[in-house]
Amino acid sequence: MIHFDNVSKRYPGGHTGLAGVSFRIEPGEMVFLTGHSGAGKSTLLKLIGLLERSSGGQVHVNDRNLTRLKNSQIPYHRREVGMIFQDHRLLNDRTVFDNVALPLVVSGMGYKEISRRVHAALDKVGLLNKEKAAPITLSGGEQQRVGIARAVVSKPPLVLADEPTGNLDPKLSQEIMELFGWFNQVGVTLLIATHDLDLISRMDKRILTLSNGQLVQDTGETQ
Amino acid sequence: MSKSRNNTMRRRPGFRPDIWLQRHLQVALASLGRLTNAPLGTLMTTAVIGIALALPIGLHVLLNNLQNVSGGWESGASISLFLKQEISDKQATALSKKLRLHQRIESIQVISKASAMAEFRRLSGFGDALEALDSNPLPALLVILPKSKYSTPETAQLLVRELGLLPEADIVQLDLQWVRRLQAITEIAQRAVLVLATLLGLAVLLIIGNTIRLEIQNRHAEIEITKLIGATNGFIRRPFLYTGLWYGLFGGIIAWLLVAISILLISGPVAQLAMLYQSAFDLSSLDITTTLLLLTGSAGLGLLGSWIAVGRHLSAIEPS
Repeated sequence: MIHFDNVSKRYPGGHTGLAGVSFRIEPGEMVFLTGHSGAGKSTLLKLIGLLERSSGGQVHVNDRNLTRLKNSQIPYHRREVGMIFQDHRLLNDRTVFDNVALPLVVSGMGYKEISRRVHAALDKVGLLNKEKAAPITLSGGEQQRVGIARAVVSKPPLVLADEPTGNLDPKLSQEIMELFGWFNQVGVTLLIATHDLDLISRMDKRILTLSNGQLVQDTGETQ
Repeated sequence: MSKSRNNTMRRRPGFRPDIWLQRHLQVALASLGRLTNAPLGTLMTTAVIGIALALPIGLHVLLNNLQNVSGGWESGASISLFLKQEISDKQATALSKKLRLHQRIESIQVISKASAMAEFRRLSGFGDALEALDSNPLPALLVILPKSKYSTPETAQLLVRELGLLPEADIVQLDLQWVRRLQAITEIAQRAVLVLATLLGLAVLLIIGNTIRLEIQNRHAEIEITKLIGATNGFIRRPFLYTGLWYGLFGGIIAWLLVAISILLISGPVAQLAMLYQSAFDLSSLDITTTLLLLTGSAGLGLLGSWIAVGRHLSAIEPS
């Protein structure tokens, strides 16, 4: 599903984001990405979602060589990668329903199908009764779940999450993780960046650890 | 390194025209709704566009009216053919009968030596002096009205030249000089209006471009998030293009209203003036063609202005 081959990312000004990172994630895996802040977790996720391009090495996602992907093709790539952010990145002037519907609207789906899928996604994250609410009126945990619903509503094969529990208390974090576990069970590949070691130690999943832009530990594929 | 060729993706998964149309309609209405959410700002922007457009359009309508009036005068212009002194009234009448068959001549009025004399006596006040003359010094005159097809200055001039070649002809006069001058002035005015229209059209383009630029700035976060989710540039561009289109269209409608009201306001005095000249001249307002041209033109300007702004500023926003 994801294949990094000696990938590096240098930023203008000399700062190194990643240096010679290689790993492979198979379809259906659930993997945690951890490391101190500034270790390169976000950079790695950004390369997968093509928010940034690598400066060296090859990145393959879904059998697609991202290094050679044209800019005009990026939107179609992003539709196959659900992304979840610490700050949710919701549109505050739209309802929960509209926020979750956005990926489907963008890909040109009909209203009936959109409505059906959005309700299914909201039901999954337990927010079916909040579909008409404005995101700003929801709690942090609820907003994060809206973000998750938006990431999975188009049924992407791969979901990335960047510190999804960063602002949540342990109980809510646990709920979010259980949700991810459920998605993983239905076949979604997940890559979750977090520095909450306590949380991931309880999950018994593969862990990639980054330090100063280098992959220093890979617990290997579980199961 | 993988040799996969899967870099090509399904571009439009199941493209459906009905959904496409539905989406466009939705975006058009949504951008309209956004404009009505801030009615004061929208009104001010559209009013500026409207005033900028009303100026050249109003002048254009006025010039059209002027041309209508002077056009009437021009076709009324007749050719005065003064015959040689030795040509008698009888000969003059015979000549007029011959000329009446000419394909370019509509009608001929013969003014005999005697009636010319009578008119001169009546109007000049030299009646007593004329009594002293033993013969009538005035020539006979044919007042010739060209057919309307041949009454433009150029074609009438041809007729004048032809008439001048007649053996009976002494002087041929086409009293069109002042009509021509007026025409030249209107032509200059028309050019000026065109220049003005171009400049103000450019101004409208800039106004809309700047408004859309601000709108893009205001919706920076939204654009970023939509890109993150896989929106194409076309998808993101669409609402801004519709916004520009609406601005242009509403500006055009305001311009139309301004011109129509202005014409209504001056049509009263104009009618009074026309009455003083015993003319049935009626000030014409915006016709259908001009109206359609104005509205499509202004909407087009709006679209173009936003297109330029969107092209310049949208690509600069990339999610991070």
